[in-house]
Amino acid sequence: MTETVRPRDEAEVVAAVEWAAGNQQPVELVGAGSKRGWGRPVEAQAVLDLSGLSGVTLYEPNELVLTARPGTTLGVLEDALAGGRQHLAFEPPDLGPLLGRPAGQGTLGGAIACNLAGPRRIKDGAARDHFLGVKAVSGRGEAFKAGGRVVKNVTGYDVCKLLAGSFGTLAAMTEITVKVLPAPEQTRTLVIAGLDDLAAVRALTQALQSPHEISGAAHLPAALAARSGVAKIAGIGSSATLLRLEGFGPSVKARVESLQGELAGFGDLAALTDLDSKALWREIADVSCLVDEPERPVWRLSVPPAQGAQVVGRIRETLAVDAFFDWGGGLIWLAAPADAEAAGAGAVRAALTPWGGQASLVRASAATRASLPVFQPEAPTLAALSARVRAGFDPLRILNRGRLTADS
Amino acid sequence: MKMPRPDPAPIARRSELIERLQAIVPGEGVIFDKDALRAYESDGLSAYRQPPLVAVLPRTTAEVAAVLRLANEIGVKVVPRGAGTSLSGGALPLADGILLGMARFNRVLEIDYDNRCAVVQPGVTNLAITQAVAGRGFYYAPDPSSQIACTIGGNVAENSGGVHCLKYGMTVNNVLGLEMVLINGDVVRLGGKHLDPGGLDLLGVMNGSEGLLGVVTEVTVRIQRRPSTARAVLIGFPSNETAGDCVAAVIAAGMVPGGMEMMDRPAIHAAEDYVHAGYPLDVEALLIVELDGPAAEVDHLIGRVETIARAAGAVSLRVSASEDERLALWAGRKAAFPAVGRISPDYYCMDGTIPRGALPRVLRGIGEMSEKYALKVANVFHAGDGNLHPLILYDANHPGELERAEAFGGDILKLCVEVGGVLTGEHGVGVEKRDLMVHQFTETDLNHQQRVKCAFDPGGLLNPGKMFPQLHRCAELGAMHVRGGKLPFPNLPRY
Ligand SMILES: Cc1cc2nc3c(=O)[nH]c(=O)nc-3n(C[C@H](O)[C@H](O)[C@H](O)COP(=O)(O)OP(=O)(O)OC[C@H]3O[C@@H](n4cnc5c(N)ncnc54)[C@H](O)[C@@H]3O)c2cc1C
Repeated sequence: MTETVRPRDEAEVVAAVEWAAGNQQPVELVGAGSKRGWGRPVEAQAVLDLSGLSGVTLYEPNELVLTARPGTTLGVLEDALAGGRQHLAFEPPDLGPLLGRPAGQGTLGGAIACNLAGPRRIKDGAARDHFLGVKAVSGRGEAFKAGGRVVKNVTGYDVCKLLAGSFGTLAAMTEITVKVLPAPEQTRTLVIAGLDDLAAVRALTQALQSPHEISGAAHLPAALAARSGVAKIAGIGSSATLLRLEGFGPSVKARVESLQGELAGFGDLAALTDLDSKALWREIADVSCLVDEPERPVWRLSVPPAQGAQVVGRIRETLAVDAFFDWGGGLIWLAAPADAEAAGAGAVRAALTPWGGQASLVRASAATRASLPVFQPEAPTLAALSARVRAGFDPLRILNRGRLTADS
Repeated sequence: MKMPRPDPAPIARRSELIERLQAIVPGEGVIFDKDALRAYESDGLSAYRQPPLVAVLPRTTAEVAAVLRLANEIGVKVVPRGAGTSLSGGALPLADGILLGMARFNRVLEIDYDNRCAVVQPGVTNLAITQAVAGRGFYYAPDPSSQIACTIGGNVAENSGGVHCLKYGMTVNNVLGLEMVLINGDVVRLGGKHLDPGGLDLLGVMNGSEGLLGVVTEVTVRIQRRPSTARAVLIGFPSNETAGDCVAAVIAAGMVPGGMEMMDRPAIHAAEDYVHAGYPLDVEALLIVELDGPAAEVDHLIGRVETIARAAGAVSLRVSASEDERLALWAGRKAAFPAVGRISPDYYCMDGTIPRGALPRVLRGIGEMSEKYALKVANVFHAGDGNLHPLILYDANHPGELERAEAFGGDILKLCVEVGGVLTGEHGVGVEKRDLMVHQFTETDLNHQQRVKCAFDPGGLLNPGKMFPQLHRCAELGAMHVRGGKLPFPNLPRY
């Protein structure tokens, strides 16, 4: 039977990890559990539930910093930040529904541990780029800190970077400081209808080569556009290529006009207003169009953006997939057929070879996730180095054993 | 500052080492002449000098790998070097070590405008990247003041910033991929042209690793289009406090200016005497706020900044009306270091970061220390992100002054940590702040960092004597003492 331990403060986290290490008992770290299904199934009988460590402990809008405990939900954070007209610029998606969980559960700790990033990644970076400081308990059962609470800091190794995206394999975080930024006053989205994938990525590339500070660049093929909750997109009757512009009113207006002129060769550029824009980019971040049909494996690919359409083209040569593009073509979300051999891993990963990039299997049954590399396999020298880094923090592989790789 | 005691063994076998290096790097690539080695004896922290045992200038990744394998095999230390502009002694050579100069890695390998990145060798200068892409209106955003000289390899190693990094990020936020060589000769590639490499973020930790983890042999950087307009506002204030209030109010109004720089009275006077930028001399603090973006945005925000500045108590305000005028407003700030260099035989540049709210307290503290140590100080400040550069004026020819300047600097940095800040915002720890690390980190904190070092370089041969106050042996750090048994907190909630 699984045992769950729910510490309330750092000392209790230390005690729990010491206990786990002392008994050679691996533990699975969870916040709210919204992304528990992403990664290889953790080989652990015990759960270390960090959702009890929650709450904002410091918010200084003028310093652009916020400190919170890891179990704080993103909703609570967003409300706190809204008071200062600020936001988490990396726009953490809510992948709960995609992974068969309720919406709105994701925590700050989970967003950092998975290094999440939404459409604004192309302009403002991922969770790792906003992660300033941390208190954590390593797999050694030792509490340590790294980074700080100022936005500019190069003192010592940037251990925060290592923790971001480590999927809980290095340390249990107990306090997190992030950089926060002013929320844009206005949001507009330009929509081009009817482009195929290749033309769409060309349009996105041209927009991203402009000085217009595009903060979202996505393409939904017709079948997926039709699933949008935004009526203007669902009813478009074709594919939708989307460009987001955010900022101060006069600036957004000027940039929208310039871009409409510059991209006129691709077709008409209709503009969506604030409300529709926000709903639409939320859907894109959360991969809403692939939530239904939970039996279909879902992949997330990060590739050189200009080659995104070609990558999907190669995959389509052998696999019937639904795919859409974010990050100007550089992020591909892709649903494989439910009965695809090894969730389609062969076709997906082979398509990366010419241009580089990586693919992670985000949604699949536990059995499938245990049977193949969920995360992109690394070259042997890199894999060995990563394993040594992991061993420095967690020599007994107590934390999230097996989540990243079979021997992690 | 003490460096590790030189190991007599490699010094005794110097000629053999030279021969073996010459077998790897042919021609002029191995430098062993005592006079020629002088060129490498220090970096931007010029108070410290030490010629290396030998210098080697490889041209290819394979040569770097062979040099490192050799060093690893015979247990000789290696200090990587780019342009040698580090202000923290990061590239300070060792008497018993090889100086690995990366200057010959000076080619731009590929410019990929569609993917908005450039692949360059680490010895390419920061400015050369921007120059290579400027023709199409692109640039590489991080812009350290040393950009005409410093290399991108050095920028990665120090995670360098610049006046525009509040808005555009530091080096780490603008690097997509690296090739590096480990001390055992392994060549490792991290990231590429895609945004999200996946796996443990070793790319992130390489930035700011100060040459202690691996030798960078190729860098893929993000390039972006230059904003179509940039204008600067020069604002004078009657006190440091009012200038600080203005900075806070600009941020509170939702603006992230391209640059926001502050200078105090001594820095203003030094700069004005040097470049005649037209700075007002009757103010206590000057703020330069630069706004960039589309013209419509810049015009709109300049208006907002003016209103905020007047409300905060500005006594003078000048908006640049042309590109020439914008550059003139910056000229004084950009020349602040050399300007201070003119009025004092030597100066010592500090680099702490503080929560901005603590600025008045920290500047007051620095003023008091200046009296205590009887040394003058001028302050320039990346005001947007709280990164403070006090320049301590001293004369190394006066016995004891260097030591006094260092003690003064140490006290400033301790004060930065005390108010919630950090020892270094962009210049790195190096040898300079190595012994201060214990004021910011506990031993457990430092042990966790050093284990990262152990994963990359278990023998501690890459750039030793930098960053860490004392190096534990990796075997000792790796050991784990487990206490078995029951959960010590019986009332810890369990389900
Ligand atoms: C006048 C002046 C102004 C400056 N202004 C700024 C500023 O505005 N912002 C800022 O951040 N810094 C500034 N600096 C500091 C300095 O320029 C930066 O730290 C710069 O990045 C160092 O680059 P470099 O090529 O000179 O490296 P070096 O000084 O040669 O080396 C710095 C460190 O990098 C390591 N290193 C170099 N190349 C490699 C490589 N290929 N692989 C692995 N390790 C390597 C070295 O071992 C050393 O630890 C300034 C310096 C001066 C002198």
